[in-house]
Amino acid sequence: MKNKFGLPESMKDTVTFYCPGCGHGIIHRIVAEVIDELNIREITIGIAPVGCAVLAYNYLNIDMAEAPHGRTPAVATGIKRVQPDKIVFTYQGDGDLAAIGTGEIIHTASRGENITTIFVNNAVYGMTSGQMAPTTLLKQKTTTTPLGREAKTAGFPLRVPEMLKSLEGTVYLARETVIAPKNIMTLKKYIRKAFDVQIKGLGFSLVEVLSPCPVNLRLDPIKAYKWVEENMVPYYPLGEIKNNIL
Amino acid sequence: MKNKILISGNEALAEAAIQAGCKAYFGYPITPQNEIPEYMSRRMPEEGRVFIQAESELAAINMVLGASASGVRTMTTSSSPGISLMQEAVSYMAGDELPCVIANVARGGPGLGNIAGAQGDYFQSVKGGGHGDYNLIVIAPASVQEMADLTFTAFDMADKYRTPVIILADGYLGQMMEAAQIEKKAIQSIKKDWALTGAKGRKPNIINSMYLADDALEKHNQKLQEKFQKIKKELCLVEEISTTDADIIFVAYGTSARICKSVIINLRANKIKAGLIRPITLWPFPTETIKQAALHAGFFLTVEMSAGQMVEDVRLSVEGKAPVYFYGRMGGGVPEEEKIIELVEKLHRESK
Ligand SMILES: Cc1ncc(C[n+]2csc(CCOP(=O)(O)OP(=O)(O)O)c2C)c(N)n1
Ligand code: SF4
Ligand SMILES: [Mg+2]
Repeated sequence: MKNKFGLPESMKDTVTFYCPGCGHGIIHRIVAEVIDELNIREITIGIAPVGCAVLAYNYLNIDMAEAPHGRTPAVATGIKRVQPDKIVFTYQGDGDLAAIGTGEIIHTASRGENITTIFVNNAVYGMTSGQMAPTTLLKQKTTTTPLGREAKTAGFPLRVPEMLKSLEGTVYLARETVIAPKNIMTLKKYIRKAFDVQIKGLGFSLVEVLSPCPVNLRLDPIKAYKWVEENMVPYYPLGEIKNNIL
Repeated sequence: MKNKILISGNEALAEAAIQAGCKAYFGYPITPQNEIPEYMSRRMPEEGRVFIQAESELAAINMVLGASASGVRTMTTSSSPGISLMQEAVSYMAGDELPCVIANVARGGPGLGNIAGAQGDYFQSVKGGGHGDYNLIVIAPASVQEMADLTFTAFDMADKYRTPVIILADGYLGQMMEAAQIEKKAIQSIKKDWALTGAKGRKPNIINSMYLADDALEKHNQKLQEKFQKIKKELCLVEEISTTDADIIFVAYGTSARICKSVIINLRANKIKAGLIRPITLWPFPTETIKQAALHAGFFLTVEMSAGQMVEDVRLSVEGKAPVYFYGRMGGGVPEEEKIIELVEKLHRESK
């Protein structure tokens, strides 16, 4: 039996550039473990976003493409349609998916593209150093909402799976977080299901992950995890939001 | 040998793409090129290939990026505003070194402009419409037959040099019907071992344009520039008509070149020796051909359906060795033969 705590084959033996306490590293590892367990590493193609995970192709030991900011699902569509026998997933931040790339995610989901999306919601633009994201909570301070996000001027935080739920093309939509081991276990189960949906050819699947960004929350990692639990989880309920797996 | 058929420029381009082995087409409706996505929506599934009407030109070109990264021949088509929208991804593909064919059946601008044919997108195509240091191979057909033939060329060049190729046509060429022959030609097949096909028995392949390490991006740029220089050396398509003895040399491409051809016949009947240099590749530009002609020509007249864009490259090629004049119409206007003849006769008198 393989050593559970060793390096998954789907991860490269390298150091990531993520900040201490960042959720991205954990999420990469879970995706890699799932790919290993499903034995699909050699047929999987990932699309990295523009955002903190832009270098995901340096960490994951699989074929990967970079996409222009937000166009990740369109690139995935192009790959999957010409290679329907491959497993294709996008890995996207909240700015990438829910702001600049809203059109692409909605239409990709609506077409029922048989791909999987890992959607990392950290309530900020991490890479550009902490501006408001579409998922920034009301009253949350960011570098472009210095007095806290106000609905009147900056609108409301977007709940993506709830929004996609009504689309006929979506098969599996779930939300979890990485703030505690039990959440990580559930998250892994969800991500596995999402990939399973694709393997079975059922259609579009997405798992949203609430992820701490300590640096831009201006909190130490432990407090950032607590912040996610106390502020994000109440607004972004955890669980399976749509499950049409037959 | 197949017989000629009566077909529109748009449909000739579409069928040629299929015959050239285009495995995936992505597009978004815009006049005057709607016949292409409509034709493809019918023909691509017949051939067991991919057709998607994308939600926007942004999505279309990024689907092209994905299909190209998978190693297949792929194409999108649009008209001016849609091509503007695609530029970010075109820059990515130039940086990624991904081949694809993009046809611009151009219309009048700026802005929403109109739906008539125009040549105002020369700068955008030739000087690089997106960000960063890159060039695109730009091919300009001037007949329905060339809409087909040059589509084969475009796919071959894209694969050969791993770079996006633009077919710069215009609404008149797209809409006009002429007799043309679209033959299945031998496809230059090139091994794409860089493609994303799953890391089976090899190291993972990565398609990216980001280089963060010290000097890495400059090195990547140097490599791209070497490629562009190589293309400049190896690829330049140009048609010359009656230039050997010509006092007056027209430089025109696409629809404007068709008009100049007929003007030349008229002028020659009046004992004015006129000739035409028709760039078929707008990039690389036929600088050398023009430079040579400048040694004996009285003057050059560049004719465009624009405010004067290609004329800048003509001047650079002539290097001040002869006067370079310009005649153009904008916003879908078509250069009129009588006006051109009038202007040439006036310039001819003055130059004596
Ligand atoms: C077209 C374009 N606009 C803006 C940017 C700048 N930019 C890079 S990353 C980013 C936001 C990323 O935020 P998110 O998607 O939430 O990812 P995170 O870094 O938080 O993981 C922005 C605006 C860009 N690279 N390209
Ligand atoms: S800025 Fe935030 S999201 Fe980006 S690496 Fe650092 S902690 Fe992670
Ligand atoms: Mg974010």
